[in-house]
Amino acid sequence: MKRIEALNDFVVKFANVNGSGSASANELFAKSFLRMGIPVSPRNIFPSNIQGLPTWYEVRVTERGWLGRRGGVDLMVAMNPQTWAQDVKEIEPGGYLFYDNTKALPQGRFRDDVHAIGMPLTEICNQTYTDSRERQLFKNIVYVGALASLMDIEPGVIAELIGEQYKGKEKLLKPNLNAFQMGYNYAGEKLKGVLGLKVKRAYGVGDRIFMEGNAAAALGCVYGGATVCAWYPITPSSSLAEAFQRYCSKLRLDPATGKNKFAIVQAEDELASIGIVTGAGWNGARAFTATSGPGISLMSEFIGLAYFAEIPAVIIDVQRGGPSTGMPTRTQQSDVLACAYASHGDTKHVLLFPEDPHECFTMAADCLDLAERLQTPVFLMTDLDIGMNQRLCKPLEWDDSRQYDRGKVMTAEMLEAGKEFGRYLDVDGDGIPFRTYPGTHPTKGAYFTRGTSKNPYAVYSETGPDYQYNMQRLLKKHDFAKTLVPKPVLTPANEPARFGCIYYGSTSPSMTEALEALAARNIFVNALRIRAFPFQDEIFDFCQSHSKIFVVEQNRDAQLRTLLVNEAGINPASLISILHYDGTPITARYITREISESVSALNVRPIKRDKAA
Amino acid sequence: MTYVAKPKLHHPTLAKNKVGYTRRDYEGKVSTLCAGCGHDSISAALIQAFWELDIQPHRVAKLSGIGCSSKTPDYFLGNSHGFNTVHGRMPSVLTGANLANRELIYLGVSGDGDSASIGLGQFAHVMRRGVNMTYILENNGVYGLTKGQFSATADKGSKAKKGMINADAPVDTVSLALLMGATFVARSFSGDKKQLVPLVKAAIAHEGAAFIDVISPCVAFNNHPGSTKSYDYVREHNEAVNRLDFWPSRDAITVDYSEGGVIDVPQHDGSIIKLRKLDSSYDPSDKINAVSHIARAAEKGEVLTGLLYLAPDAEDLHAHLNTYEAPFNRLGEKELCPGAGMLEKINAAMR
Ligand SMILES: Cc1ncc(C[n+]2csc(CCOP(=O)(O)OP(=O)(O)O)c2C)c(N)n1
Ligand code: SF4
Ligand SMILES: [Mg+2]
Repeated sequence: MKRIEALNDFVVKFANVNGSGSASANELFAKSFLRMGIPVSPRNIFPSNIQGLPTWYEVRVTERGWLGRRGGVDLMVAMNPQTWAQDVKEIEPGGYLFYDNTKALPQGRFRDDVHAIGMPLTEICNQTYTDSRERQLFKNIVYVGALASLMDIEPGVIAELIGEQYKGKEKLLKPNLNAFQMGYNYAGEKLKGVLGLKVKRAYGVGDRIFMEGNAAAALGCVYGGATVCAWYPITPSSSLAEAFQRYCSKLRLDPATGKNKFAIVQAEDELASIGIVTGAGWNGARAFTATSGPGISLMSEFIGLAYFAEIPAVIIDVQRGGPSTGMPTRTQQSDVLACAYASHGDTKHVLLFPEDPHECFTMAADCLDLAERLQTPVFLMTDLDIGMNQRLCKPLEWDDSRQYDRGKVMTAEMLEAGKEFGRYLDVDGDGIPFRTYPGTHPTKGAYFTRGTSKNPYAVYSETGPDYQYNMQRLLKKHDFAKTLVPKPVLTPANEPARFGCIYYGSTSPSMTEALEALAARNIFVNALRIRAFPFQDEIFDFCQSHSKIFVVEQNRDAQLRTLLVNEAGINPASLISILHYDGTPITARYITREISESVSALNVRPIKRDKAA
Repeated sequence: MTYVAKPKLHHPTLAKNKVGYTRRDYEGKVSTLCAGCGHDSISAALIQAFWELDIQPHRVAKLSGIGCSSKTPDYFLGNSHGFNTVHGRMPSVLTGANLANRELIYLGVSGDGDSASIGLGQFAHVMRRGVNMTYILENNGVYGLTKGQFSATADKGSKAKKGMINADAPVDTVSLALLMGATFVARSFSGDKKQLVPLVKAAIAHEGAAFIDVISPCVAFNNHPGSTKSYDYVREHNEAVNRLDFWPSRDAITVDYSEGGVIDVPQHDGSIIKLRKLDSSYDPSDKINAVSHIARAAEKGEVLTGLLYLAPDAEDLHAHLNTYEAPFNRLGEKELCPGAGMLEKINAAMR
């Protein structure tokens, strides 16, 4: 029988029961590779309930540093009897099945082309522990110990990680170490040589950090000066607000008084969350909310008001699948259009697309600056894949000389000096007017804020020319935003390339890997990662200079492509969609296959027709 | 064009308050509401109250929803910032504004459609949170701005101008505010300035969620026989529970009050509210009693007005959240950014 032999490059998947305490053991497993200098990319696949349903944790061990999902499983750690059949089916031929053989299983439940590795986990734990909770919890650590032995993970590395986890909790430290050792010893004695997946110390991690995008975005809001956070719980964004709370309670206390330099309101719904953010922004505080698709739908009315009334607001959309529960706790990039055009009337919004936690941090802080500079809602478009999984990324960076860009705010001194104030007056051609904070001056600078029906001086007006002046100015402002938002990143092919490829957000690591795989097949593609909307000229130029451009997205309706056609005037015939939307993160294998097929189909076409397109 | 310039020069004999403003300095643009609309009388009472309280107009932020009532903040305190938000959602915007700068005075203006129909949720939650504000609900039992549909405060059995009879039970906003945790709850009538002005003043001085439901007849759609919110109906059915005289403690003058019928209610800011109770058995600090009093009056078909409930030891949202004294909108990177050194430590913990 074939046996997969791999060094520092394989996929392990854990099938667990939600709520069984497997999460921290699995994380321990993933981190041990990092400590040995081998990059890993783990992903949670979880249901939307708390206890009882299946949950999976997939770890891609990858010395080359490919952080996208690979697809396929080399070793399945099957700890959930309910999902056994489906789990066994997923293993690659020649792969491995690690399972609890305390109770013998009929032969028919295994596969001929998969190597089964049985270990009596329940029996071992029942012999060692009396408490039923302990039996369950330590079982997880015992299998980590066994896997460490089977794969040659350095035991010292795991001991170090356990030590860090239970620092100051000696009572928990010892039993965890013991459980680990027990598993390690058992496998060392009884399961020698059964696994062909091995690891060896490498130097692929460097100074990178391992962090969830939601935590990084929350920290970006702390660094970026957000003082008000209003939110309503929704997966996959809740952990962002919770991380903001956690970071603030450490980093935002006034040392002298113990008072909070932040306010977090768990609102009654998303209408209230965005209302609170709008009120705070109107009054000059930096404010944000974190939500997901359904929340964006509810917020839409307010988003329009904030757009028309020109109020800074930051909305972090951790995207997921459609309505209801279940699939929605899987990743997607399916709110692009909902956010770009959110609300009633003629509206267009600024969107930023981070590729990983590092950019979640940087862009969250940037969004707070952009919202105040542009006086408008700004969206950080992240997703579940980046948000709720720990991802290896560049360390977070902050320049201490950086100052918050508070935008055009007219002060009492400026008013006193006689500077003209027109709340909706374009003073210097960028479309952005001055604003005043409430309470600035006893007699100057007050104005009445409304959505529409106003002249440049905020005086009530229902005249057509006043309305049009304002709408044109808003367009000018949106156009000016191009000069402020992050520029696209070009990855040129090594050879002259006829094809281009556009991608964004969490597709990034899989795309990078796919580009290499395509080059190996002599398919050369210039790739452009879009990082923001509105689209800069570079994006237009890129599209103009390629006869065909693949647009890779994780949604059904090719939403970014629609924006490219609508907003950058790109010829739709030149844009070929590569779409992935089954709820799993897009893989390099998928992109490579789709682009390869597409390219061969294009190549068999008569050259003339291709040119005419 | 609705904007009519006011004469710039004030009459030299106009009286000034302690902060040097005449009553006219508290006015706004000329109202565009129907002549005789109850909402305009409420605006006049607000102007009077702020002037008498010696509050500089620009220290007030006015927020409203959508409706005829919600338009009124443009018609008073012209030197204050105002925000005409979205229908039914003023409470959340006010909450956010309040969090951004705790030093201003927050006035929320709403209608019954705005607060009791589309905005019932936000109305309830803003009371629960104890946002420091004065929330005025200009209650006419109809949607004025959209021309006469019933709102959720319309009484069961009342008749719309076009003849429809309302079959739904009404939302009683004062009871709801009470139950939701408002710490100052009152009801008045737009035509009773003598009662309304002191109530507004007391509400402004109250450091917590203060709510006044002001019955405010809509002359266009709800001032006909059959309506239970017309001038005539309310005048006939109004039973005032108490009269209220309010003055901040820095004012040395005391007012004339009758012995025995008076309770002193101290406020957080040191001021004292003196209540002159017409019904001497009424104690506004007793919440349970307030609820049953309102319910009993309603059963009798009477409109109970006056200060219905006051918690003297009210706390506001900032106290609950333990927020910093300086307004958030004045904090910059120096106060808010933990800096690169701290970020290095955070990075190190994630390796
Ligand atoms: C989302 C939304 N739905 C409907 C409307 C239309 N609308 C404007 S005002 C109003 C009712 C206002 O009634 P009320 O709050 O009682 O104010 P009044 O005019 O009676 O003072 C409605 C339904 C709106 N502005 N927004
Ligand atoms: S319609 Fe009614 S509420 Fe509106 S302005 Fe006229 S009288 Fe007032
Ligand atoms: Mg009304």
